[in-house]
Amino acid sequence: MNAYLACVLVLAAGTYAFRLAGPVLHGRVELPARVQELLTVGATVLLVALLTTGAFTEGQDFAGWSRPAGVLVGGVLAWRRAPFAVVVAGAAGATALLRLTGLS
Amino acid sequence: MLPGMCSSHRTDDPVERTTGLVRFSDLPPGVLRDIALVLVADAVVGLSFGAISVAGGLPLWVPVAMSLLVYAGSAQFSAVAVLTAGGGPAAAAATGLLLNSRTAAFSLAVADSLGRSWPARLVGAHLITDETAAFVLAQPDLRSRKAAFWISGAGLFAVWNISVFGGALAGSALGDTGRFGLDAAFPAVLLALVLPAVRDDGNARRAGAVGAVIALAATPVLPAGAPVLLALLGLVAMRRRVPVTPPSPGSPS
Repeated sequence: MNAYLACVLVLAAGTYAFRLAGPVLHGRVELPARVQELLTVGATVLLVALLTTGAFTEGQDFAGWSRPAGVLVGGVLAWRRAPFAVVVAGAAGATALLRLTGLS
Repeated sequence: MLPGMCSSHRTDDPVERTTGLVRFSDLPPGVLRDIALVLVADAVVGLSFGAISVAGGLPLWVPVAMSLLVYAGSAQFSAVAVLTAGGGPAAAAATGLLLNSRTAAFSLAVADSLGRSWPARLVGAHLITDETAAFVLAQPDLRSRKAAFWISGAGLFAVWNISVFGGALAGSALGDTGRFGLDAAFPAVLLALVLPAVRDDGNARRAGAVGAVIALAATPVLPAGAPVLLALLGLVAMRRRVPVTPPSPGSPS
């Protein structure tokens, strides 16, 4: 089977199973607070790791400075609670401009 | 921020038993406007997701099918980030699943609001997201929670899938993505998603920082996808402390 399709189907089936937990168990079970917290913080850890490796690396090498610089611009905009579209445009725009100047 | 958490309202509301359908008028004033604002925000996220996925080299049907079948913003972004970085489909699915495991906690919290029939439960389950959970948990009684769930859930599903499709079409027209800096947009999107959590939560900050260092250090030596999962070791930096914060309606899933 196509690898992309397999990925989408496995992710879809697993996600739906998580979502069914509530409606199926319906009030019979409650997750311990400690487990809930681990899941919440675990999600954050994954996102931070993804964005850091995505910002600095390409394959197994350094991605060059333009990309992390653009991500930083987007991060500052997000920190100042700029709208999502501004964050995306700011990050992409800064990276594109830096590349125009010849930075990798 | 989110009054009226679920535990005190259960099945003993007589009104809820008599009506099967939800109405806009069941919602407290202002909630419909809040839902509309989140719909607009999610449309922008969806457009970006579609465009960036296709610009990153994935066939058009991947972001579209993923949005219909997986339907979870941050997990979709993460899975696509792993795929376009050259990670295998297994690593991509594992990353997305770990991110979506929190949906199980949300689904337990909002289960009441889906309705009692099995079709409602089975269809409603697919519509559970950070946003719908946040809207539901903010409502004062069961009737308005049910309305909030189905109105925000159906609206978000429609808007998300239409905007992802539109973005994917636009992305395939872009051509060379490096020139437009779109490779920086993906990490920036993830950063915007994660900021509210790290802003308010010291544990998330500590664990996230340790995990990021681990992932960066592991990237040159491990196959793509693995460093991000290894970052979960950062969870040991957590300190014990009191309850979790619920999601806020403003943050896309």
